[in-house]
Amino acid sequence: MRELIKRYVFQVQANDFDNAGAASSTIKRNLKTIAINPSIVRKVAVASYEAEINIIIHSNGGEMVLEIYEDMISIKANDKGPGIQDVDLAMSEGFSTASNAARELGFGAGMGLPNIKKYSDNFKITSNEKGTRLTIDIMIE
Amino acid sequence: MKISEIRETLKLTDAIACKSDNEVQGVYIGDLLSLVMAKAKPADLWLTIQTHINIIAVADLIEISGIVILEDMAIDEDTLQKAVEIGIPIFRTKLSAYEMACQLHDLGL
Repeated sequence: MRELIKRYVFQVQANDFDNAGAASSTIKRNLKTIAINPSIVRKVAVASYEAEINIIIHSNGGEMVLEIYEDMISIKANDKGPGIQDVDLAMSEGFSTASNAARELGFGAGMGLPNIKKYSDNFKITSNEKGTRLTIDIMIE
Repeated sequence: MKISEIRETLKLTDAIACKSDNEVQGVYIGDLLSLVMAKAKPADLWLTIQTHINIIAVADLIEISGIVILEDMAIDEDTLQKAVEIGIPIFRTKLSAYEMACQLHDLGL
């Protein structure tokens, strides 16, 4: 059993484009203060940003949890629905259901989930109408 | 190369007063934020037509040296305020991505 060193929880509001990235920025700063390798910090920053944007664009709101272990960073992104209809399709690069408004701001490239998977050492996704839950684990080298 | 050198040589307009004279090691051009997150490298100068406040979060997360807003696009006031707060230089130019990229290439980037 891994020993949890620190745990932070961030609330993320639906459609709050103006604060998009705020949770991820705080996560990044927290990791920098404990001198995590910059390449690991970058992986966490990209994965957490994509997860945060997904909550803002696609969900009814949710939360991000950052857990720091001795050998691993774990991010959990849990939203309050409405869920992803076809997870396999959502995992394919370029597929997006983002609104035109979101796309005009540069979101909705269809790279969110694929980027998260690419930057994770362990990635899990479950989704139903009550919510989507992501677990993103990144090992500290 | 220092960002101040690029600014002066290419006559970029300061969108904010920012004292950070970051080192620039490369250039990335893009308007889709996920692609920028995945592909731009730390210390890149980022050329874009996006002006929404979220470009500052992206630049901060991946440690971009500075942002050049192309085609003289109007920049949201929120974006400028956030850039000042985070300390990320942001410039404007009338040039297109291609024209700007050619000039940066001529500078050795």
